[in-house]
Amino acid sequence: MYIKRPIEPMLWLLFSAGGVMAALVMPMTLFLFGLAFPLGWLAPPTYDRLLAIVSNPLTRVILFVLCSLSLFHWAHRFRYTLYDGLQIKHLNEVINMVCYGGAVVGTLVAAYLLVMVP
Amino acid sequence: MSERITLQVARYRPERESEIQFESYELPCPKEWVVLDGLNHIKDRIDGTLSYRWSCRMGICGSCGMLVNGEPKLTCATFLSDYAPGPVRVEPLRNFPVIRDLVVEIGDFMGKLARVKPWIVRDSEKPLSEGEYRQTPEELDNYKQFSMCINCMLCYSACPIYGLDPHFIGPAAIALAQRYNLDSRDQGAAERMQILSEHDGIWGCTFVGECTKVCPKHVDPAGAIQRYKLQSAVEWVKAFVLPRAAQ
Amino acid sequence: MTQNTIYTPYHPRWHRTRVSTYWWLARGSYFLFILRELSSLAVAWFVVYLLMLISAVSKGNDAYQQLLHWSGTPFALFMNIGSFVFVVLHAVTWFNLAPQAMVVKVGSRRVPGFLIAGSNYAGWVVVSIAIVALLFIQW
Repeated sequence: MYIKRPIEPMLWLLFSAGGVMAALVMPMTLFLFGLAFPLGWLAPPTYDRLLAIVSNPLTRVILFVLCSLSLFHWAHRFRYTLYDGLQIKHLNEVINMVCYGGAVVGTLVAAYLLVMVP
Repeated sequence: MSERITLQVARYRPERESEIQFESYELPCPKEWVVLDGLNHIKDRIDGTLSYRWSCRMGICGSCGMLVNGEPKLTCATFLSDYAPGPVRVEPLRNFPVIRDLVVEIGDFMGKLARVKPWIVRDSEKPLSEGEYRQTPEELDNYKQFSMCINCMLCYSACPIYGLDPHFIGPAAIALAQRYNLDSRDQGAAERMQILSEHDGIWGCTFVGECTKVCPKHVDPAGAIQRYKLQSAVEWVKAFVLPRAAQ
Repeated sequence: MTQNTIYTPYHPRWHRTRVSTYWWLARGSYFLFILRELSSLAVAWFVVYLLMLISAVSKGNDAYQQLLHWSGTPFALFMNIGSFVFVVLHAVTWFNLAPQAMVVKVGSRRVPGFLIAGSNYAGWVVVSIAIVALLFIQW
């Protein structure tokens, strides 16, 4: 099947995959690190434990995919929020640059930080 | 139970005014009256100049769509007594230009409907001697829901994206395209995909979901659009993995 | 449109209403929609916070303790609690809308929507438990 604008399906696929990952992983993680630990409801895991988790190659890959896809999810959704919510579709190119460019930069930063984990 | 109800009806008479005005009419409110009965009462007994569209008054022609208290509704299927003691505001459908009073201009929608080729497309017709195109009940079930659309345009009125971007092809047209794509007798899916994969096709939709909520026939246009996106994405992956097979 | 526009008999003059910039305030369901869409900002913030955490862990225990301390400051708490609310909104709306986008068939029968949404929620519970297990359970 011939598709005229092949970029849109790809962006939507990244958006959807990111949406699924974000929905599955983020609520619990954010509950623990954002609320439960700082407010003293639970004792945070020890440094060694966390280092062991993060330095495992499999978790690194998962974290990288999570970061990258979530950023593309943000980029796609936020782009349309700006279009529709503020009616600034004429700034199309700037918005695309900021959103998808931001996601690409974020992906690179995530890759760098995850490679640098000892 | 209140015996009477007030209808605040939007009036736009281009020869007299350049903005929409509201006029109030006090009507009887028997429990079997729908909003359309109220409008007919106004036209017959109070003010014959009121303009609005209606035809079948049984929820099948799709002509009497209006905003009732801000919600897109078929006025023939919306009971006045549900809004008692009132007042009830009746306005022309949102997102369309108003020609007069409650009558909106629907040319844009009619054009879009034709663009998605809502008919069975065949590469070649089989000769009559081979008989009809047969379909199993399961094959019928695949598209039956989407074939219930009566083109009442309530979904266009509920869709903020269509309001913001009139180029957006819109819920009913996409659902109707899907109705033919899912028909086992149809071979036009590729042609329709070309039209709908443009950026004012399926990709303009951000799944507000209001079209599905207001649909009087439970067509679920929002679902049709998301399924279309998924299908388009799958095609994209296929073309990426197997570039030659997709040609 | 001005009041003094001249009307030509038998010539239509359509009335168009401009969509307000604040259209999403007009109705409850539109407002919920825009909140759902804005959850993307919480998703982005989560990635930033996660990367801060990863960076702190790779720098050493001191940096990790510092980040835990910083997470208790009013600004960090505000961001994280707000983001938590929004990612939950994202998760719930995402799972609830999934059946509309996906048609799953077993044989020739369509799997009912509540089963698709239900399996999404089940996945959510499993992943959440896995995260807790990964962080706390000794093995």
